[in-house]
Amino acid sequence: MRLALDLFTILCVSAGGVFFLAATIGMLRFPDTLTRLHALTKADNLGLGLVVLGLLPRMEGVAEALKLVGIWLLALLAAATVAQLVARAALRETAGQPGGPPR
Amino acid sequence: MTALWLLDLCLVAVILAVALSAVAARDLFAATVFFVAYGLLIALAWVRLDAVDVALAEAAIGAGLTGVLLLGVTARVHMEARTPGPGRGMRLAIGAGCAAVSVALAAAVLSLPVPAPSLVPAVEAAIPATGLGNPVTAVLLAFRGYDTLLETLVLLLALLGVWSLAPDRLWGGRPGLRHRARPEGTLAWLGRLLPPIGLLVGVYVFWIGSDQPGGAFQAGTILAAVWLLAIMAGLSDAPPVRSLALRLVLVAGPVVFLGIGTAGLFVAGAFLGYPPAAAKTLIVTVEAALTLSIAATLALLVAGAPERAP
Amino acid sequence: MAEFLVVAAAFVLLTVGAGLVRILHGPAEADRMMAAQLLGSGGIAVLLLLAVAMERPAAVDVALVLALLAAFAAVAFVKGRSPSGAGDPEA
Repeated sequence: MRLALDLFTILCVSAGGVFFLAATIGMLRFPDTLTRLHALTKADNLGLGLVVLGLLPRMEGVAEALKLVGIWLLALLAAATVAQLVARAALRETAGQPGGPPR
Repeated sequence: MTALWLLDLCLVAVILAVALSAVAARDLFAATVFFVAYGLLIALAWVRLDAVDVALAEAAIGAGLTGVLLLGVTARVHMEARTPGPGRGMRLAIGAGCAAVSVALAAAVLSLPVPAPSLVPAVEAAIPATGLGNPVTAVLLAFRGYDTLLETLVLLLALLGVWSLAPDRLWGGRPGLRHRARPEGTLAWLGRLLPPIGLLVGVYVFWIGSDQPGGAFQAGTILAAVWLLAIMAGLSDAPPVRSLALRLVLVAGPVVFLGIGTAGLFVAGAFLGYPPAAAKTLIVTVEAALTLSIAATLALLVAGAPERAP
Repeated sequence: MAEFLVVAAAFVLLTVGAGLVRILHGPAEADRMMAAQLLGSGGIAVLLLLAVAMERPAAVDVALVLALLAAFAAVAFVKGRSPSGAGDPEA
């Protein structure tokens, strides 16, 4: 049982790390602002979710575990609203430029 | 554990790179964002140094207030007419002054005695009398009460300084412009959803402060941040600085602290002393009042000088 | 297990740290802002991993504060983009 839980943690946390790597690569390599925004707000929150999932069995009680899930939900909320707001700002900023939307 | 060495090495490398970029970046906005990132990394460093109380304060200040303050300032600098920056001679002088401070700090750190003098045993011996479990709170509110009392007064003085930047005709008015956001929009939605959660987290951080990392300053910062969010989302307006209710909240913390401290002269034999039987209750009372005052003071510091006539 | 979690934390930190190059390159201000946002979620993950690895449950509260305030810098940024600095960012 112990071994299975350890394996679960290692698997989830590693997968989380891969998604953080994906988010960074997208951030650095994607061609324009809006696609980069897309890479950022989805991949890194999946990464954080997998890290949280992997750490859940290591929590001491149900309350601690719920706190961890709450942190992930707050991060999701922040990412979703930030994506909306920053996307509008980016649309206005890059309008008419090469790689941006038409003015 | 060698893995921790590896992590510390990565952390220090990233912190140094970000700090240098914040100083060297040509673009003002980039420098500001680097500084915001720097604050977050410093919170991680405090956790590694086992100072979780400080990490909490840095996380709340860095993520909640400094970012709002500095990004607001950057936007204003863009908006207002460009004043000429300092000349080459002035820049060299500023650089030399900063370098001198850095060298002096480094010299001071390198010449610290090993092992460092410590009051830890004294704190551990005296802490049961306070009824607290968090040594940081015990030091701040009991053993070094003077420092904390004066710090809260300094915060108030800083706010008076900011307010006094207002021209006479605006004195007593509301700080900043009235914020607007579309009522059904994303920002207004976040502004309605997050403050109740922030209130809960703030009260939680205040409440655990007596036994675990947390306390009045961290909680006050969180409350200030969510209040500012409600203001930025156009859901509530900053109060006029002549408001009596506002001023009562601002002085509540220092007044309660001073009152209980003075009462200590008679019941505990020393200014800022607590009778052991009631120590924890009194300290939590002081912290509760301080939380409110710190929240209001920090939020108004960020909101700035009055800009609308009363 | 603690060793693995610390190495994972170092990996995430270095990864999102590398993403900060975007702050330097931009080109749009939104790009720079997003790199800081990525550091925010990475920092939360690092704190949670460290809280378990170092057995400091209080570090979870630091992550909680970061998650609660994660949107604040970006909100201030979009507010600053409106002409008066206080207008509707979604207009």
